[in-house]
Parts: sequence; structure tokens; C-alpha cells
Amino acid sequence: MRNRIGIVVGCILIMLWCLLPVAWVISLSFKSEAAITNGSPGFFPADGAGAGWDNYRAVWENDQFRRAILNSIGISLIATMLSVIVATLAAYAIARLEFRGKKAVLTIALAIAMFPVVSLVGPLFDMWRAVGLYDTWPGLIIPYMSFTLPLAIWTLSAFFREIPWEMEQAAQVDGATSWQAFRKVIVPLAAPGVFTAAILTFFFAWNDFVFGISLTSTENARPIPASLSFFVGSDPFNRPASLLAAGAVIATIPIVVIVLIFQRKIVAGLTSGAVKG
Amino acid sequence: MAAITMNHIVKQYGDGFPAVNDVSIDVADGEFMILVGPSGCGKSTLLRMIVGLEDITSGDMMIGEKRVNDLAPRERNLAMVFQNYALYPHLTVYENIAFPLRLAKKPDAEVDKLVREASATLELDEHLQRKPGNLSGGQRQRVAMGRAIVRQADAFLFDEPLSNLDAKLRGQMRTEIARLQRRLGITTVYVTHDQTEAMTLGDRVAVLKRGVLQQLATPRELYENPGNLFVAGFIGSPPMNFLPATVEGNQVKLPFGSVEIPAENAARAAGRGLLIAGIRPEHFEDASVAAAEGRRGSTFSATVDAVEWLGNETYAYIPFEAPAEVKQQLQQLEKDLDGEAMRTQLVVSLDGASRITEGHDAEIWVDGRRIHLFDPASGENLTVDRARAGRIPGAEVAAG
Repeated sequence: MRNRIGIVVGCILIMLWCLLPVAWVISLSFKSEAAITNGSPGFFPADGAGAGWDNYRAVWENDQFRRAILNSIGISLIATMLSVIVATLAAYAIARLEFRGKKAVLTIALAIAMFPVVSLVGPLFDMWRAVGLYDTWPGLIIPYMSFTLPLAIWTLSAFFREIPWEMEQAAQVDGATSWQAFRKVIVPLAAPGVFTAAILTFFFAWNDFVFGISLTSTENARPIPASLSFFVGSDPFNRPASLLAAGAVIATIPIVVIVLIFQRKIVAGLTSGAVKG
Repeated sequence: MAAITMNHIVKQYGDGFPAVNDVSIDVADGEFMILVGPSGCGKSTLLRMIVGLEDITSGDMMIGEKRVNDLAPRERNLAMVFQNYALYPHLTVYENIAFPLRLAKKPDAEVDKLVREASATLELDEHLQRKPGNLSGGQRQRVAMGRAIVRQADAFLFDEPLSNLDAKLRGQMRTEIARLQRRLGITTVYVTHDQTEAMTLGDRVAVLKRGVLQQLATPRELYENPGNLFVAGFIGSPPMNFLPATVEGNQVKLPFGSVEIPAENAARAAGRGLLIAGIRPEHFEDASVAAAEGRRGSTFSATVDAVEWLGNETYAYIPFEAPAEVKQQLQQLEKDLDGEAMRTQLVVSLDGASRITEGHDAEIWVDGRRIHLFDPASGENLTVDRARAGRIPGAEVAAG
């Protein structure tokens, strides 16, 4: 009993710790700008300080921000899709085939993942300007892919290794080509892994700020996090905190939706019952 | 439907170890062939070479008239049931069974008809919409078989399909498989390490040891005329007893006394010095029971060490001492059979009515006509009836 109480208390503490900033952002987004400038300590807006949905409306009516949402969604989804497809194929090869340099591939992939992002921004900036990728979608998609691929490959190859060889062999005996066996049996079985990799990749791409701000210059490709930093109100010494908060909340919504969709796929233990166990 | 012919099949792994060594087996059209042997004897490898999951180092694999060595599994039109069933967990039972048909791009109506037929045969109708994960072991086994029978393959291949089931279910599924095979009349190759399955299911049984075919014969032939020590020890439960023996005239001298054997057997074993005699437990009897039934044969007296009364029969255990060279051979044999028993003892199966008790001397009758004599060095059965022993590969070479 004492244990249970401890767990409940612990959970509440952790939840508070994690969710308080989120709650505060939401609270800010409903306060008027003036109220924030004057200082508005309460969680709920004081009388007359509430802005209702005004902030959201203002953010939404901002063309640059709308364009940034489109950029973020497009870039993140494309990067996620490409990364997952490439990672699935690569991980399958690593899990199933014996080839020279397999260890090297895995080690190099890990090394890439450990590289500090900031250190690559400079060279990429130069390169992208030289080849004309600066301020374009591919200019962001490529670095996102290269940073998320290693993790995706490692996650997926672990999943593939768990799938018994016999599933594939059974499919082949049943008349499937190697490709059919992969597509109809292996990929569905590795679905939790595929979705895990997809979520991780999407997070990385969606939340990235460094590439977003350094490799773009216009709303042509600028994603939300970068775009938020360009929110400047009328007074340069007084940043529009409530607008920023509203923008941040809007930026969070797609992530929450995607996680909710993918999470169900991850939890559904698809591999259970593959073999007697 | 087709015959499967294996011609001098060799499988060598990268390190040069031959997992299957020069095995030739012909499976007739519609025949139920068993590949049996202890673990590591190459039986599964051989099966996987038939289906195409394992490359063939040398030799010819023929299905029907076609050499299939270089064909991919899907081009061989064989159906296989795996040891752990290998059902697709993300598909329903219906889709699992339909999987090969879907791959063959059959129209939906035909798929539905064939799947329903298969599920009716295997009594899976009420489970069609469930996922394999929610089925019991026996049901999964049936789904795996459904997937095999649905596509009218040229042959069925089973890789130890019952080893994951409990004993009771195993018995039921065994009869089920036998019935199904008889009904469909389809060529079947079945791998097992269980000699009971081998004896009960097979039209013919191929016994393998360390990649080499030992004997290819019907279960009865294997039981009554084992080609060598290994086959004799492998087939039968409890296993055949092996005793040191020497032949003098028509008498075999065993540790417990002399037993008269048929003259022709004695002649074949004459002048060979120390031999190993093989006698099945049921060819002994309590002397009093045998006498009451008027059976002819020799008797001897021995001290019974332990008795197990099972109702219909009694097992009596009689320890004996064996000379070093025989003992060594028997220990090697035990190792080949994956066995553990290190003690040399006689297992005797007696009538349930026998009153023999532990720790007492007992008069035991033995049927001299059923005694086999083995060469201790080569393990060859000297008293084998060649006309009724199927094919014994080593012996062919010696004879020809």
C-alpha cells in the first residue's frame, strides 16, 4: 500500500515537472500582450487581461507563419518517409545478409549520429549555397535524413533480428519472391519498429532549430521553430510573448496528433504469436 | 503430385564439414517417407535441401522428372510445415491459409472456396477470423497444415511438426496427419527425431546418423531386421538390449548363460570371436509364464535389480558386466543416440502377471530365434535377413 502511494506521488511530481512549462505556455497564449508586459503572475488571466482566441487568430492570420507550418509539415513528412524507407531496407540487409564491411556500416552510422549538429552547420551553409540547395526543402530534408538514419537503422535492425528466419522461409516456400516476403511478411511484422523510427525521425525534423534557421533565409523553406524566432512585434525591445506562445501551441498540435496515431501501432504487439513461445 | 529422388546428395558447410554425406533416397509418388535420427544427423538439412532453403553441394535433387537443384523454393511447388509453424502473426487464420493462393494471384472466389475446403478438413471453421496469437498449439499446427494443403503442392514436407506439442496432443495430431496424408494421397517427407512417430506414420523410414544414411526400410523391417547397431538401438522403446556374446556351435554365450540360436545365424557369426548380441526387451519372458504358454527357448537365472510394474507388463532391470571393448562400443553407441545411460544393464519386458520381485533371483526365458548378433568393430548386423531389411547402404557396397 505504501508502495502504491509512493508511486502515485512520484508520478504526480514527474508529471508536474514535465507539464508545467507546457501548461504555462498555454496560459500565456490566452493572455493579452499588454497584460504580459505589465506583469501577469496568475495562471489564469486576470480580469480584463484575457485575450481569448485573439492571439491564435493573429498568429494564424500571419502569412509567414502559415507558410512555415506548411514548410514544417512538408519537410518533416518527406524526411521521415524517405528516412524510414531507406532505413528499413538498410536495416534488413544488416540483419539478414552477411557482407563485408557490415560492422563498418554500423559503426560509421553511429559515428554520424554522435556528431554535434552545430559543427556541420557552417560547412553545409557553404555547400548548399554553392550547389543551390540553400533555402529549399531538399536543403533541409537531406541533413534531417542523414542525422536520423543512423538511429532508425539501429532501431530497425534490432527489430528485424527478432523476427524468426522461418517467417521468411515459409513465405518463400509459399511462393513469394524475396521482395514479396519482405513486403508482405517482414515489414508488417516489424511495423512497431518502423513506427518507432518514424516518430523519432519526425520529432527530430519537427523540432530542429539550428538547421532551420541557418539554412533558410525566406519563408521559402523556413520551418516553424525558425519562423517563431522572427516574430517581432511593433516594439523591438518587447517581444510579443503571447503571440509566440500561441504559435508554440499550434506547432505542438501536429506532433501530438502524430504520436497518438503512431503510438497505437507501436503498442499493438504485432509480433506476439509468430512462434510458440 | 510427384516422386522425389535424391541422388548422392552432399551438403558441405564452409568449414568442410559434411552435414549430409552421399545420401540417396527415392520417395515414390504418394509415399509417406520419414527421415529420422538423433539431433545433428542431417535430417532437417536434407529436408531443407528438398524444399530449396539450403544449397546442395553436390548430387541431384529430382522432383518428378525435373532436376530442381538450382530452383528457388517458390519454383518447386512444395508445401512445408515448419517446426514452430511460422504462421504470419499479422494475418488472420483465413489470410494465413490463403497466403500462398494470394501470391499465386488466384481470383477471390477460388481462394475463398479452397480456404473453406481446407478449413473444413482441419475443423478450423470457427477460428478463421482469429489471429494466430490467440490460438492454442494444436490449432496453430492445424493452420500451418491448412496453409500447406490449400495449394495443391507436389509434395508435403514436415519439419518436426509435433515437437512443440504436449504428449497427448502429439498423439492426436499424429493420427490426424496420417489420416490426412492417406486421404490426399500426396507424397510426404516428414522429419522427426521421435522413433514412435517414425514407426507409426511412415510407409518407409530412412534412418540417418551424422549425415549418412544407415538404413531405408519399412518400420517393420527396421524393427525386425536392423542393419546395424545404431539402427537397432534407435528403433524401439525401450531400446534393444546389447550384451557381450560369443558363439560356440549353435549356442550363444551371454553373461547370464547360453542360449540356443538358429543354425543359419550361428553359421554366419561363427569364428568371429567376441560379438554383441542384441535382444529386444519383449523377447524375454518370466520363465514360469513362458512355460505355462508352452513356448520353447532357453532360460537363465539372474538377479533382478529393479522392477517397474505397469499393469499390462513389467519391466525388470538386470545389471551385468561387459568386457572393455564391448563397453566402449556401447558407450559410443549411447552417445550417437543422444543417450545418457552409462550403466550396462538388461531391460526385460515381462508379462504383467509375472511375480518377479526386486533383489531376488529370477528365471528368465529368452527367445533365441530373435537374437541379433553384431560385429563389435563395424556395428554391422551379422544375422540380418537381407531380403527383409530394405536398403542398407554400407552393405550394398560390401556386397557388390
